[in-house]
Amino acid sequence: MTVPLYHVLIVATLMFAMGLACVVAWRANVIMMLIGIEIMLNAVMLTFVGGSAHWGIADGQLFSLMLMALTSAEVSLALAMVVYLHRRKQTVDTDRFDSMKG
Amino acid sequence: MEATLFYILAAVTLIGTLCAITARQAVRAIVYLVTSFFALALIFYLLGAPLIAAFEVIIYAGAIMVLFLFVIMMLELGSPEKLPKPRPSDWWPALLLVGAVVGSVVVLVADGQPAGLPGFVEISARQFAQTLFQQYGVAVEVISMQLLFALVGALYLGRRR
Repeated sequence: MTVPLYHVLIVATLMFAMGLACVVAWRANVIMMLIGIEIMLNAVMLTFVGGSAHWGIADGQLFSLMLMALTSAEVSLALAMVVYLHRRKQTVDTDRFDSMKG
Repeated sequence: MEATLFYILAAVTLIGTLCAITARQAVRAIVYLVTSFFALALIFYLLGAPLIAAFEVIIYAGAIMVLFLFVIMMLELGSPEKLPKPRPSDWWPALLLVGAVVGSVVVLVADGQPAGLPGFVEISARQFAQTLFQQYGVAVEVISMQLLFALVGALYLGRRR
């Protein structure tokens, strides 16, 4: 394949920027913030795989595999926490979660 | 041929992500994101990472996004009036950030093309597995412990009281 690494990096950059925009813009909604984090982690995985393909060593792919394991752990914990918070206050609005003592 | 396919898939990924972050309902955002991740999995395949492409479809599009969908439906957040929306003023910082990133990319592209790079090298599953279990054996153990801790934490948070 003859696509330069440079173009892969541009796609990853734009995707990361969109994930960041999602986290910043939807900061009132916990679930959309988590989706933004997913988009950013996928952009990072694209960077790792592109580098791995460019230099012909497997390490980048391994790190994207570990990133997937990290993401699944993070998402399971974060969604369990969303369910817990929703059970307490019946909302996912971050502005309502403003007290340390439940 | 492959290069054309790459640019088409990149466009699908970026447009899918854009639709996901501007969707009015969370369920629609998830479905757009699944589309985007399928295209991303094909990009991984084109970049010579068939295993990562399979894991992307199985774990990301198949498990994580379905987990999101389960939580949205379990909490009955599917109707649009249940979810807090970003106010128009919330979009300004996001647009500023994206504008800065896109502007820097445009400056980089306009600055000059780097010389044509050599083609990508495909990494076989054998090479992948050998590197994983010979060089990064400790990391595999650490990841397994991390998954166990996440499991225990999720069980603790989800228990009835």
